[in-house]
Amino acid sequence: MIGLQHYLTISAMLFVVSIAGIIINRKNLILLLMCIELMLLAVNTNFIAFSRFLGDDTGQVFVFFILTVAAAEAAIGLAILVVLFRNRRSIAVQELNTLKG
Amino acid sequence: MFGAALGVVFSRNPVHAVMFLVFTFFNAAILWLLAEAEFLAIVLVLVYVGAVMVLFLFVVMMLEVNIEAAKRGLTRYAPLGIGLALIMAIELINVIWLRGEMPADVGGFADLPAGYNNTKALGSVLYTEHVYAFEIAAVILLLAIIAAITLTMRKRPGLKVQNISKQVAVRAKDRLRVVKMDAEKKQ
Repeated sequence: MIGLQHYLTISAMLFVVSIAGIIINRKNLILLLMCIELMLLAVNTNFIAFSRFLGDDTGQVFVFFILTVAAAEAAIGLAILVVLFRNRRSIAVQELNTLKG
Repeated sequence: MFGAALGVVFSRNPVHAVMFLVFTFFNAAILWLLAEAEFLAIVLVLVYVGAVMVLFLFVVMMLEVNIEAAKRGLTRYAPLGIGLALIMAIELINVIWLRGEMPADVGGFADLPAGYNNTKALGSVLYTEHVYAFEIAAVILLLAIIAAITLTMRKRPGLKVQNISKQVAVRAKDRLRVVKMDAEKKQ
């Protein structure tokens, strides 16, 4: 029988994979954004599992808002990425040292 | 799902990574359906796979990054990343399975009452208790629209555009010049 702990395990694995992805792919800004999306997915899966476990719909409402904010964040992040690429012709993270004091 | 997530992290081509991410989202939607959160599963497929992932794919294809240069430093941080991931995985599984307050196997979820409608229940909570948060979410989405448009809009120099107010304000005497001249003589 699939229960709460199986859900928590799969989302923990997803979260761990996305953390590894952030550390490994730290050159590529698009992949960093995608790893952040994966992390949010893991957190949402946790929320849904607990909401179902406790029989409380508020957790699913929270997932709804997280999805909203994540969509907004992805849109703004990609817009920043496009502007960055247009200005510098590259999106490599190690070249973003203009703000260095 | 786990394999798809690994594919997101380790695939060499960013387009393949986006495709793996779409696959991961589909799998997550199936998991949410199994947890009987039907509305959110559908929203995940529609909004994420339908909109956000297409946006990602669009940007990936538009930017056309030099893949080889981006992947050069892959092996340098791989041991650190994988080691950290293993440590975190062990800790999380320890917390979930061994140290939990609940008994080690709580079994499946409790049955929902008959006639339960996930969308209806969600809506009745969303529009009553959480209506302010709902409005704030709307404002956040509006903010995202405005921010994305203003960030990526650029003025191109030398572009020929109409000046509407000038066109509207024009009078006939500005355009048409009546020249008085004598009639031509018949030859």
